[in-house]
This record gives sequence, structure tokens and C-alpha cells, in this order.
Amino acid sequence: MTRRPRVLAHALALAALLLLTALAFAVGRFPLALGDLAALAANKLFGATLAVPPSAETVVMQVRGPRILAALLVGAALAAAGTAYQGMFRNPLVSPDILGVSAGAALGAVLAIFFSQSALVIQLGAFAGGLAAVAVVYAVGASVRRHDPILALILAGVVIGTLLGSMIALLKYLADPYNQLPAITFWLLGSLATVAPVDLAFAAPFALAGLLPLFLLRWRMNLLSLPDDEARALGVPVGRLRLAVVCAATLMTAAAVAISGIIGWVGLLIPHAARLLIGPEFSRLLPLSMLLGAAFLLAVDTLSRTIAPIEVPPGVLTALIGTPFFLWLFASARRAWQ
Amino acid sequence: MAVKLEARALGYGYPGRPVGRGLDLSLDAGEVLCVLGPNGGGKTTLFRTLLGLLPAQAGAVLLDGRPLEAMPRGDIARRVGYVPQGHAAQFAFTVREAVLMGRTAHVSLFAAPGAADREAADRAISALGIDSLAGRVVTELSGGERQLAMIARALAQGARALVLDEPTASLDFGNQVRVLRQIARLAAEGYAVVFSTHDPGQAFLAASRVLLLAQGGALRQGTPQEVITGENLRAVYGVEVRVATVDGARACLPVL
Repeated sequence: MTRRPRVLAHALALAALLLLTALAFAVGRFPLALGDLAALAANKLFGATLAVPPSAETVVMQVRGPRILAALLVGAALAAAGTAYQGMFRNPLVSPDILGVSAGAALGAVLAIFFSQSALVIQLGAFAGGLAAVAVVYAVGASVRRHDPILALILAGVVIGTLLGSMIALLKYLADPYNQLPAITFWLLGSLATVAPVDLAFAAPFALAGLLPLFLLRWRMNLLSLPDDEARALGVPVGRLRLAVVCAATLMTAAAVAISGIIGWVGLLIPHAARLLIGPEFSRLLPLSMLLGAAFLLAVDTLSRTIAPIEVPPGVLTALIGTPFFLWLFASARRAWQ
Repeated sequence: MAVKLEARALGYGYPGRPVGRGLDLSLDAGEVLCVLGPNGGGKTTLFRTLLGLLPAQAGAVLLDGRPLEAMPRGDIARRVGYVPQGHAAQFAFTVREAVLMGRTAHVSLFAAPGAADREAADRAISALGIDSLAGRVVTELSGGERQLAMIARALAQGARALVLDEPTASLDFGNQVRVLRQIARLAAEGYAVVFSTHDPGQAFLAASRVLLLAQGGALRQGTPQEVITGENLRAVYGVEVRVATVDGARACLPVL
């Protein structure tokens, strides 16, 4: 295989993302013409006189705007975290929740719902739960000496994740079946339907704080995909670098999950697809992966609110689209590991 | 730039499970040390200790006179390079990208390699004569090609001492010779090289000194002529070996 096109892939992904964003603003229960959208954008950006009905402005600014931004944010964050983890765990089948961040976030949210807390507390519970779960997993993994540290981390993640899952099951069993159980189920399915501007303001700083180290370490991240001994012999303090990446990816994923609930597949599928397109070099892979992740989740979320009279949970749609896509990638790629 | 790799009364192994002890070693620029020993004889453990990947259980490893334990990772990496045994490539980096990773110790934490690093990587690729592979991806290389790429990565590191763990393992005959030729050439250029092998004959071809390891540490150390004798090989491997001279060159002939 020779060099793959580089700038082209990024440019195409960006163009697709912009097109999808315009489309997502236009379609829905209250369709908007692209001309009206342009007029509205001109009004907001340059102060041009507004020539569209106020209802259209409300739809764009209050309803679709936050939801679209949330889809972009969550999609990009999950894809970035997945990209970092797949390189670090040297495995293309790893997703951002391998260390239990989703399970921890789910338990935090379910606990908050169980105790009938407000939406904000549910969100905080999810965020804190995700961070706490990964902290426990990391501590357990690091305390097990004499094992491959990567294997120890993954095993700790699986075990703690299972424990958290059974606690969630217990809470569901005890929850009020008319009130709380539907809320719990709805949260666990994941949705962007109820995202408000304040949620974005909460999640965006954490997601950015997680992205910053990945961006700064973008070249050094490549070294983490080597066996530990090799990376250390090349001068990399592997343990410290790995901890930094776990912190970064966990912040991003927890921030995303806190506002969207659990949306699977994005963090697994997108980095893998991006790597097939552009190769494993992290400083090129990360931006492409984020662009594709944002576009994918936005497409899925737009479908979920337009294909049926009721909303189809996006987590279900990502699986419906993701499974065949993934199987096709897997079958058509000469070596799945690439 | 001269380089000196030393071990003083070195004990290597794991806490509670010593592998070898009392090893003294001193390797200067231009010397090639061939390490021989049975499977499980501790060659890789010794190498990991020499590289500072495993703490010494006793004694010390010194690099240019400084104890390894007191040196930051980057300082070690700029002085001694490591070519692992059968590098299993997991991701499809190109050879040029993989060799560029050798520059890590010269690139600051948040930076990407610059023009000087790219030049150093390209020089290392040219030095091994694998320019035609530079754009290929490492997952699609043959074992011999990958081994040369890994040696190029160690050269790009700028280290003057190289540790190669069984560099000819699982290579075909031609590639074994090519790797040995590179080792001899690097020594002539002033590198200090340590390599391990299962073929004692390779020591006659490429090494200036031989370390024979057995259970518990060093059995013999010296020039190939001194160390590689039928008696010593029988002691280590438990088989009969005749050391013959063919056209002035020595070779090991096992007796079946």
C-alpha cells in the first residue's frame, strides 16, 4: 500500500459535515428553506435585517441549534476518545467505554433518577459517575503488579463494568415502574432530544479540556501504539503518558455521556473507519476521526427525528447502521488491524 | 562520539527470581558482543536490564560512565538503541513514519518531528539501503525487511550503542546474512553493538567478543576463538559440536 491521500480526506469530511449541518437545520417537523436559513445566518452574523418569521428563528435558535451542536460535540468527543483508546490499547475493537466510563455514568444518572433529582443533578451524577468508575478501574489496574499493564486495565474495566451493570439492574428492579423506570430506560437508550443550551455550556468546557492534551500530544500518541518496552527504549515514560490519555479520554466521554446518555458504536466504528481511510498516524487521524464522528452522529440524530412519527432512539440507529457498516469494513479491508 | 556500555557485578532478573548474577561487561565503540545461551537462558532479561527497562537486582549498568538508574529515559534513548525481537507491527504505519518514531528522544513533548528529524530518519533509511521501502507500510513487510526497518529506527535515534535481540531469528538465510553484514558495518562505523543469536557460527562472522550465558549467569566471556569451543558449546547446549576451519574461516558443525 502506498501513501494515502491526506488533505483530501479532511477536506471531503469537512465539506460533508457542513452540508449535513445545513440539511439538519432545514429538515424536521417544521421544514425550513435553505434561503431562510441563509437569511437567518446573515442576520445573526452580520446584523442584516431579518426577513424570516420569528417562529423559524425560534426553531433554529432554541430547538434545532442546541440539538445539532450537541450531536456535533458528542460525536466528535466520542470519536476522539475512541481514536486515542484504540491506539493506546493497540486494538481496533476498543471503544471509549472500555474502562467503564459509560457504566459509571449510567449508574450515576440512574441513582439520580431513582432519588427523583432534577435534570441538572442527573447530568452531574452521570459525569461524576463516569469519572469515578474510571478512577477505580485505573487504581485497580495499576495495583495489579506482575501483569501486562494494558491487560490489567482492560480486565479491571470489564469486572468493574459488570459490577456497575448489576447495580443498575438492581435500581431498575426497585424503581417505580410508572415514573422512574421509563425515565431510566430512556436515559440508558441515549437521546439528544432534550438538550438545552445550558447543557452544552456544561459539557463543552470538559470536552475541550479533554481534547487539549490529545491535541498537544498528537505526535507522541503514536508511540503508545508500540509495545511498552519499545516505547520506553525510545525515551517515552509510558506509564505517565498513558495516565494522561486515560484522563483526557475519560473527561471527553463523561462530558458527552452526561448530556446525551449512552450512544454506542460512534467511538468504536468511526476511529476504525478513519484509520482505514488515512492510516494510523495520530496527528492526521484525530481530526479526521472527529469530523467523521460529528457528521455520523448528526446524520443519525437527524434521521432519528425525521424517519418516523416518533423519535427513534439514536443509540438504536447507530447500531442498525453501524453493524452492517462495520461488518462490511471488516470483510473488505485486507487487514482489519489497519 | 565515543560510547561505553558497562555492567559491574550485575545481577539481573525479577524480584524474588534472579536470572543471572555477577556479570562484568565492558563494551567500547567499534566492538560487537555476541550473546549466546540456551532458550530461557536469560538473554532477553539481560538485554532489558542493559537498556534500563528492568531495574538491576545487584550491581549497576553504566552508560558512558553514568549509572543507568540515575538517567532520565530520554538520556538513555539518545545513547542506546533497542531493536526488539520480531517486532509485531499492529498498525499500518509507513516505514518512514516508523523510523521517524526513533527521533522521539530528540522531539520535545508537545512537538512533532521537524525537518532535521525527517532528514535523520531518511539518512537512517538510506544507510540500510531500504529507500525503496520508505513508503510501504510495516504490516506488509517481510520479516527481513521489517528487521532492517527496526535497525533504521534505532539508528535514527542517534544512539551509538545498539542492542539487538535475536535480530536473525525467523529470517531466511539471505536476510540473516544481510543483517549480520549491517552489524559488521555499524561496528566499523564506530557503533558498539550487542546482539543475541542461537547460531554460534554468527559470532565468528560478526562479533569481536562472545558472552556465553547459562543458567545462573555468565559461563565464559572472551574472543570468539576462545569461547566458542566444542567443550563450551556442549556445556551450554548439551550437544556435540565440532568447530572447524574452512578456508581460514571458522564454523560450527553439530554432530548428529
